[in-house]
Amino acid sequence: MTPFRVSVMATIASLLLLLVVFELIRSRRLRERYALLWLLTGLVLLVLSAWRGGLNTIAGWVGVSTYPPAVLFAIGTLFILLVLLHYSTVISKLSDQNVILAQRLALLEQRLGERGREAS
Amino acid sequence: MAERRGIAIVPARNEEGAIGGVVSEIRAFDPELDVVVVDDGSSDRTAELAAAAGAVVVRLPFNLGIGGAVQTGFKYALEHGYELAVRLDGDGQHDPGELPKLIEPVLRGDADIVVGSRFADRDGAYRPPLARRLGIGIFARIVSVLVRQRVTDTTSGFQALNEHGIRLFADDYPHDYPEVEATVMVVRHRLTLLEVPVRMREREHGRSSITALRSVYYMIKVLLALLVGMFRRASPGGSA
Repeated sequence: MTPFRVSVMATIASLLLLLVVFELIRSRRLRERYALLWLLTGLVLLVLSAWRGGLNTIAGWVGVSTYPPAVLFAIGTLFILLVLLHYSTVISKLSDQNVILAQRLALLEQRLGERGREAS
Repeated sequence: MAERRGIAIVPARNEEGAIGGVVSEIRAFDPELDVVVVDDGSSDRTAELAAAAGAVVVRLPFNLGIGGAVQTGFKYALEHGYELAVRLDGDGQHDPGELPKLIEPVLRGDADIVVGSRFADRDGAYRPPLARRLGIGIFARIVSVLVRQRVTDTTSGFQALNEHGIRLFADDYPHDYPEVEATVMVVRHRLTLLEVPVRMREREHGRSSITALRSVYYMIKVLLALLVGMFRRASPGGSA
Protein backbone atom coordinates (compact mmCIF):
# COMPACT_ATOMS: atom_id res chain seq x y z
CA MET A 1 0.00 0.00 0.00
CA THR A 2 1.24 3.49 -0.83
CA PRO A 3 2.29 5.44 2.30
CA PHE A 4 -0.23 8.12 3.21
CA ARG A 5 2.12 11.07 2.77
CA VAL A 6 3.30 9.92 -0.64
CA SER A 7 -0.30 9.49 -1.67
CA VAL A 8 -1.20 13.03 -0.61
CA MET A 9 1.80 14.56 -2.35
CA ALA A 10 1.16 12.60 -5.55
CA THR A 11 -2.50 13.60 -5.51
CA ILE A 12 -1.57 17.25 -5.21
CA ALA A 13 0.93 16.91 -8.08
CA SER A 14 -1.68 15.21 -10.29
CA LEU A 15 -4.24 17.91 -9.55
CA LEU A 16 -1.64 20.53 -10.40
CA LEU A 17 -0.98 18.84 -13.74
CA LEU A 18 -4.69 18.78 -14.52
CA LEU A 19 -4.93 22.43 -13.58
CA VAL A 20 -2.06 23.38 -15.87
CA VAL A 21 -3.61 21.42 -18.76
CA PHE A 22 -6.97 23.08 -18.13
CA GLU A 23 -5.36 26.51 -18.13
CA LEU A 24 -3.54 25.75 -21.39
CA ILE A 25 -6.80 24.74 -23.04
CA ARG A 26 -8.61 27.77 -21.63
CA SER A 27 -6.00 30.15 -23.00
CA ARG A 28 -6.06 28.28 -26.34
CA ARG A 29 -2.42 27.30 -26.16
CA LEU A 30 -3.26 23.62 -26.35
CA ARG A 31 -5.60 22.19 -28.94
CA GLU A 32 -8.40 19.96 -27.68
CA ARG A 33 -6.99 17.12 -29.77
CA TYR A 34 -3.82 16.97 -27.72
CA ALA A 35 -5.51 18.17 -24.57
CA LEU A 36 -7.55 14.96 -24.35
CA LEU A 37 -4.34 12.96 -24.20
CA TRP A 38 -2.97 15.05 -21.37
CA LEU A 39 -6.21 15.15 -19.46
CA LEU A 40 -6.27 11.37 -19.63
CA THR A 41 -2.71 11.24 -18.30
CA GLY A 42 -3.60 13.53 -15.43
CA LEU A 43 -6.66 11.47 -14.56
CA VAL A 44 -4.75 8.19 -14.56
CA LEU A 45 -2.09 9.72 -12.31
CA LEU A 46 -4.77 11.10 -10.02
CA VAL A 47 -6.47 7.72 -9.68
CA LEU A 48 -3.19 5.94 -8.96
CA SER A 49 -2.23 8.58 -6.40
CA ALA A 50 -5.51 8.68 -4.49
CA TRP A 51 -6.33 5.00 -4.61
CA ARG A 52 -3.69 3.79 -2.17
CA GLY A 53 -4.09 0.11 -2.83
CA GLY A 54 -4.40 0.66 -6.56
CA LEU A 55 -0.88 -0.05 -7.66
CA ASN A 56 -0.76 -3.33 -5.76
CA THR A 57 -4.13 -4.38 -7.11
CA ILE A 58 -3.17 -3.66 -10.72
CA ALA A 59 0.22 -5.36 -10.25
CA GLY A 60 -1.70 -8.38 -8.99
CA TRP A 61 -3.86 -8.41 -12.14
CA VAL A 62 -0.91 -8.46 -14.50
CA GLY A 63 1.11 -10.86 -12.37
CA VAL A 64 3.86 -8.57 -11.04
CA SER A 65 4.49 -9.69 -7.50
CA THR A 66 8.02 -8.56 -6.65
CA TYR A 67 7.85 -4.82 -7.17
CA PRO A 68 4.44 -3.24 -7.89
CA PRO A 69 5.79 0.20 -8.97
CA ALA A 70 7.33 -1.55 -12.00
CA VAL A 71 3.82 -1.58 -13.43
CA LEU A 72 3.75 2.17 -13.16
CA PHE A 73 7.05 2.49 -15.04
CA ALA A 74 5.89 0.10 -17.72
CA ILE A 75 2.64 1.97 -18.29
CA GLY A 76 4.47 5.29 -18.21
CA THR A 77 7.07 4.19 -20.75
CA LEU A 78 4.46 2.79 -23.10
CA PHE A 79 2.46 5.97 -22.85
CA ILE A 80 5.50 8.16 -23.62
CA LEU A 81 6.35 5.99 -26.62
CA LEU A 82 2.84 6.40 -27.97
CA VAL A 83 2.94 10.15 -27.50
CA LEU A 84 6.29 10.33 -29.32
CA LEU A 85 5.02 8.19 -32.16
CA HIS A 86 2.03 10.45 -32.45
CA TYR A 87 4.32 13.46 -32.61
CA SER A 88 6.35 11.83 -35.38
CA THR A 89 3.22 11.50 -37.49
CA VAL A 90 2.31 15.10 -36.76
CA ILE A 91 5.80 16.30 -37.74
CA SER A 92 5.72 14.23 -40.94
CA LYS A 93 2.42 15.72 -41.91
CA LEU A 94 3.58 19.25 -41.12
CA SER A 95 6.77 18.87 -43.14
CA ASP A 96 4.82 17.50 -46.12
CA GLN A 97 2.49 20.46 -45.93
CA ASN A 98 5.49 22.73 -45.56
CA VAL A 99 6.96 21.42 -48.82
CA ILE A 100 3.69 21.95 -50.65
CA LEU A 101 3.42 25.49 -49.31
CA ALA A 102 7.01 26.33 -50.28
CA GLN A 103 6.41 25.06 -53.82
CA ARG A 104 3.12 26.94 -54.08
CA LEU A 105 4.77 30.12 -52.84
CA ALA A 106 7.68 29.82 -55.27
CA LEU A 107 5.37 29.24 -58.25
CA LEU A 108 3.08 32.12 -57.29
CA GLU A 109 6.04 34.41 -56.73
CA GLN A 110 7.33 33.58 -60.18
CA ARG A 111 3.92 34.38 -61.67
CA LEU A 112 3.75 37.63 -59.77
CA GLY A 113 7.20 38.63 -61.00
CA GLU A 114 6.14 37.90 -64.56
CA ARG A 115 3.03 40.06 -64.22
CA GLY A 116 5.12 42.87 -62.83
CA ARG A 117 7.50 42.68 -65.77
CA GLU A 118 4.65 42.62 -68.29
CA ALA A 119 3.02 45.62 -66.65
CA SER A 120 6.13 47.78 -66.58
CA MET B 1 9.82 19.04 -81.90
CA ALA B 2 7.95 22.22 -82.69
CA GLU B 3 4.64 20.36 -82.68
CA ARG B 4 4.66 20.08 -78.90
CA ARG B 5 5.32 22.67 -76.23
CA GLY B 6 8.39 21.54 -74.41
CA ILE B 7 10.17 22.63 -71.29
CA ALA B 8 13.51 21.81 -69.71
CA ILE B 9 13.43 21.53 -65.93
CA VAL B 10 16.74 22.26 -64.22
CA PRO B 11 16.99 21.94 -60.43
CA ALA B 12 19.95 23.89 -59.08
CA ARG B 13 21.41 24.68 -55.72
CA ASN B 14 24.46 26.91 -55.43
CA GLU B 15 25.49 26.28 -59.03
CA GLU B 16 26.51 29.80 -60.01
CA GLY B 17 29.60 28.41 -61.72
CA ALA B 18 27.67 26.14 -64.05
CA ILE B 19 24.05 27.26 -64.33
CA GLY B 20 24.57 30.02 -66.89
CA GLY B 21 26.34 27.65 -69.25
CA VAL B 22 23.73 24.91 -68.74
CA VAL B 23 20.86 27.27 -69.60
CA SER B 24 22.61 28.77 -72.64
CA GLU B 25 23.49 25.32 -73.90
CA ILE B 26 19.88 24.17 -73.68
CA ARG B 27 18.69 27.36 -75.40
CA ALA B 28 21.30 26.86 -78.11
CA PHE B 29 20.28 23.24 -78.58
CA ASP B 30 16.65 24.19 -79.23
CA PRO B 31 15.37 27.76 -78.89
CA GLU B 32 11.80 26.41 -78.86
CA LEU B 33 12.46 24.63 -75.59
CA ASP B 34 11.62 26.81 -72.60
CA VAL B 35 13.86 26.46 -69.59
CA VAL B 36 12.74 26.65 -65.98
CA VAL B 37 15.44 26.66 -63.32
CA VAL B 38 14.25 25.72 -59.86
CA ASP B 39 16.54 27.44 -57.42
CA ASP B 40 16.52 25.24 -54.33
CA GLY B 41 17.44 27.78 -51.70
CA SER B 42 20.78 28.88 -53.15
CA SER B 43 22.85 31.39 -51.26
CA ASP B 44 24.85 32.41 -54.32
CA ARG B 45 23.92 34.07 -57.64
CA THR B 46 22.38 30.95 -59.21
CA ALA B 47 18.94 32.51 -59.75
CA GLU B 48 20.33 35.73 -61.17
CA LEU B 49 22.66 34.02 -63.63
CA ALA B 50 19.99 31.55 -64.72
CA ALA B 51 17.59 34.40 -65.47
CA ALA B 52 20.29 36.31 -67.31
CA ALA B 53 20.89 33.28 -69.52
CA GLY B 54 17.22 33.25 -70.49
CA ALA B 55 15.57 30.84 -68.06
CA VAL B 56 12.38 31.24 -66.10
CA VAL B 57 13.47 31.04 -62.47
CA VAL B 58 11.33 29.65 -59.69
CA ARG B 59 12.96 30.35 -56.35
CA LEU B 60 12.09 28.12 -53.43
CA PRO B 61 12.01 30.03 -50.15
CA PHE B 62 14.31 27.47 -48.53
CA ASN B 63 16.11 24.27 -49.43
CA LEU B 64 13.67 21.42 -50.11
CA GLY B 65 16.15 18.86 -51.42
CA ILE B 66 16.35 17.50 -54.92
CA GLY B 67 12.95 15.76 -54.89
CA GLY B 68 11.02 18.81 -53.79
CA ALA B 69 12.88 21.02 -56.26
CA VAL B 70 12.28 18.76 -59.24
CA GLN B 71 8.62 18.38 -58.32
CA THR B 72 8.30 22.16 -58.32
CA GLY B 73 9.50 22.08 -61.93
CA PHE B 74 6.88 19.47 -62.84
CA LYS B 75 4.19 21.55 -61.15
CA TYR B 76 5.30 24.54 -63.21
CA ALA B 77 5.15 22.44 -66.38
CA LEU B 78 1.68 21.13 -65.52
CA GLU B 79 0.27 24.54 -64.67
CA HIS B 80 1.59 26.04 -67.88
CA GLY B 81 0.29 23.22 -70.05
CA TYR B 82 3.54 21.79 -71.34
CA GLU B 83 3.23 18.47 -73.12
CA LEU B 84 6.87 17.52 -73.02
CA ALA B 85 9.40 17.96 -70.27
CA VAL B 86 13.06 17.12 -70.05
CA ARG B 87 15.07 17.16 -66.88
CA LEU B 88 18.72 18.10 -66.62
CA ASP B 89 20.91 18.65 -63.60
CA GLY B 90 22.10 22.16 -62.88
CA ASP B 91 25.76 21.18 -62.60
CA GLY B 92 26.30 20.61 -66.31
CA GLN B 93 26.81 16.84 -66.23
CA HIS B 94 23.91 16.32 -68.65
CA ASP B 95 24.81 17.28 -72.19
CA PRO B 96 21.89 18.90 -74.07
CA GLY B 97 23.42 17.42 -77.21
CA GLU B 98 22.14 14.04 -75.96
CA LEU B 99 18.56 15.29 -75.59
CA PRO B 100 17.30 14.00 -78.97
CA LYS B 101 17.96 10.44 -77.78
CA LEU B 102 15.58 11.06 -74.89
CA ILE B 103 13.00 13.19 -76.64
CA GLU B 104 12.48 11.18 -79.79
CA PRO B 105 11.07 8.04 -78.11
CA VAL B 106 8.63 10.24 -76.17
CA LEU B 107 7.48 12.01 -79.33
CA ARG B 108 7.09 8.69 -81.13
CA GLY B 109 4.94 7.48 -78.24
CA ASP B 110 7.28 4.62 -77.39
CA ALA B 111 7.20 5.49 -73.70
CA ASP B 112 5.77 7.99 -71.24
CA ILE B 113 9.13 8.46 -69.58
CA VAL B 114 12.55 8.00 -71.12
CA VAL B 115 15.59 7.82 -68.86
CA GLY B 116 19.14 8.42 -70.02
CA SER B 117 21.31 5.65 -68.61
CA ARG B 118 25.07 5.76 -68.19
CA PHE B 119 25.23 2.00 -68.06
CA ALA B 120 22.77 0.83 -70.68
CA ASP B 121 25.51 0.24 -73.22
CA ARG B 122 28.27 -2.03 -72.00
CA ASP B 123 31.19 -0.07 -73.34
CA GLY B 124 30.16 3.03 -71.43
CA ALA B 125 33.19 4.90 -70.19
CA TYR B 126 31.43 6.07 -67.06
CA ARG B 127 32.96 4.61 -63.89
CA PRO B 128 31.86 6.25 -60.67
CA PRO B 129 33.58 5.53 -57.34
CA LEU B 130 33.11 2.00 -55.98
CA ALA B 131 30.60 2.85 -53.22
CA ARG B 132 28.40 4.76 -55.60
CA ARG B 133 28.66 2.11 -58.29
CA LEU B 134 27.66 -0.53 -55.76
CA GLY B 135 24.65 1.49 -54.63
CA ILE B 136 23.53 2.13 -58.16
CA GLY B 137 23.99 -1.55 -59.02
CA ILE B 138 21.98 -2.79 -56.05
CA PHE B 139 19.14 -0.40 -56.76
CA ALA B 140 19.16 -1.35 -60.42
CA ARG B 141 18.72 -5.03 -59.50
CA ILE B 142 15.94 -4.41 -57.01
CA VAL B 143 14.08 -1.98 -59.20
CA SER B 144 14.41 -4.29 -62.20
CA VAL B 145 12.67 -7.02 -60.22
CA LEU B 146 9.98 -4.68 -58.94
CA VAL B 147 9.09 -3.24 -62.33
CA ARG B 148 9.71 -6.51 -64.24
CA GLN B 149 11.88 -4.71 -66.74
CA ARG B 150 15.63 -4.34 -67.03
CA VAL B 151 16.74 -1.05 -65.54
CA THR B 152 20.42 -0.15 -65.31
CA ASP B 153 20.58 3.38 -63.98
CA THR B 154 17.96 4.20 -61.37
CA THR B 155 19.73 7.31 -60.16
CA SER B 156 19.80 9.14 -63.46
CA GLY B 157 18.06 12.48 -63.44
CA PHE B 158 18.47 12.87 -67.19
CA GLN B 159 14.92 12.21 -68.37
CA ALA B 160 12.23 13.16 -70.84
CA LEU B 161 8.51 12.85 -70.10
CA ASN B 162 5.20 13.35 -71.85
CA GLU B 163 2.15 14.99 -70.28
CA HIS B 164 1.19 11.83 -68.38
CA GLY B 165 4.59 11.69 -66.77
CA ILE B 166 4.46 15.40 -65.94
CA ARG B 167 1.06 15.01 -64.31
CA LEU B 168 2.15 12.01 -62.23
CA PHE B 169 5.28 13.69 -60.92
CA ALA B 170 3.59 17.02 -60.31
CA ASP B 171 1.08 15.22 -58.10
CA ASP B 172 3.52 13.06 -56.23
CA TYR B 173 7.28 12.83 -56.19
CA PRO B 174 9.61 11.16 -53.68
CA HIS B 175 12.14 13.14 -51.66
CA ASP B 176 15.70 11.77 -51.46
CA TYR B 177 17.30 9.92 -54.34
CA PRO B 178 13.88 10.42 -55.92
CA GLU B 179 14.68 8.68 -59.20
CA VAL B 180 14.78 5.21 -57.64
CA GLU B 181 11.35 5.41 -56.11
CA ALA B 182 10.03 7.39 -59.04
CA THR B 183 10.95 4.58 -61.42
CA VAL B 184 8.82 2.16 -59.43
CA MET B 185 6.03 4.72 -59.15
CA VAL B 186 5.92 5.18 -62.89
CA VAL B 187 5.38 1.50 -63.56
CA ARG B 188 2.86 1.12 -60.75
CA HIS B 189 0.80 3.87 -62.32
CA ARG B 190 0.86 1.94 -65.58
CA LEU B 191 3.02 4.42 -67.39
CA THR B 192 5.73 3.06 -69.62
CA LEU B 193 9.41 3.58 -69.04
CA LEU B 194 12.29 3.28 -71.46
CA GLU B 195 16.01 3.50 -70.87
CA VAL B 196 18.36 4.76 -73.54
CA PRO B 197 22.15 4.89 -73.31
CA VAL B 198 23.60 8.37 -73.01
CA ARG B 199 26.96 9.86 -72.24
CA MET B 200 27.34 12.11 -69.26
CA ARG B 201 30.07 14.57 -68.52
CA GLU B 202 32.14 14.91 -65.40
CA ARG B 203 30.87 17.55 -63.05
CA GLU B 204 32.29 20.89 -64.07
CA HIS B 205 31.94 22.72 -60.81
CA GLY B 206 31.31 21.80 -57.22
CA ARG B 207 31.14 18.34 -55.75
CA SER B 208 28.41 15.78 -55.76
CA SER B 209 26.07 16.41 -52.87
CA ILE B 210 26.32 12.76 -51.88
CA THR B 211 29.12 11.66 -49.58
CA ALA B 212 29.89 8.01 -48.75
CA LEU B 213 28.26 7.92 -45.33
CA ARG B 214 25.21 9.78 -46.47
CA SER B 215 24.78 7.52 -49.44
CA VAL B 216 24.61 4.51 -47.12
CA TYR B 217 21.96 6.31 -45.11
CA TYR B 218 20.07 7.18 -48.28
CA MET B 219 20.33 3.63 -49.53
CA ILE B 220 18.70 2.25 -46.41
CA LYS B 221 16.07 4.94 -46.54
CA VAL B 222 15.25 4.33 -50.19
CA LEU B 223 15.18 0.57 -49.65
CA LEU B 224 12.67 1.11 -46.87
CA ALA B 225 10.63 3.40 -49.10
CA LEU B 226 10.65 0.80 -51.88
CA LEU B 227 9.65 -1.95 -49.48
CA VAL B 228 6.79 0.04 -47.98
CA GLY B 229 5.82 1.30 -51.41
CA MET B 230 5.05 -2.25 -52.49
CA PHE B 231 2.28 -2.39 -49.90
CA ARG B 232 0.75 0.83 -51.10
CA ARG B 233 -1.91 0.98 -53.73
CA ALA B 234 -1.55 3.25 -56.70
CA SER B 235 -4.22 5.91 -56.51
CA PRO B 236 -5.06 8.34 -59.27
CA GLY B 237 -3.33 11.55 -58.38
CA GLY B 238 -2.44 10.31 -54.93
CA SER B 239 0.68 8.82 -53.43
CA ALA B 240 2.18 5.60 -54.66
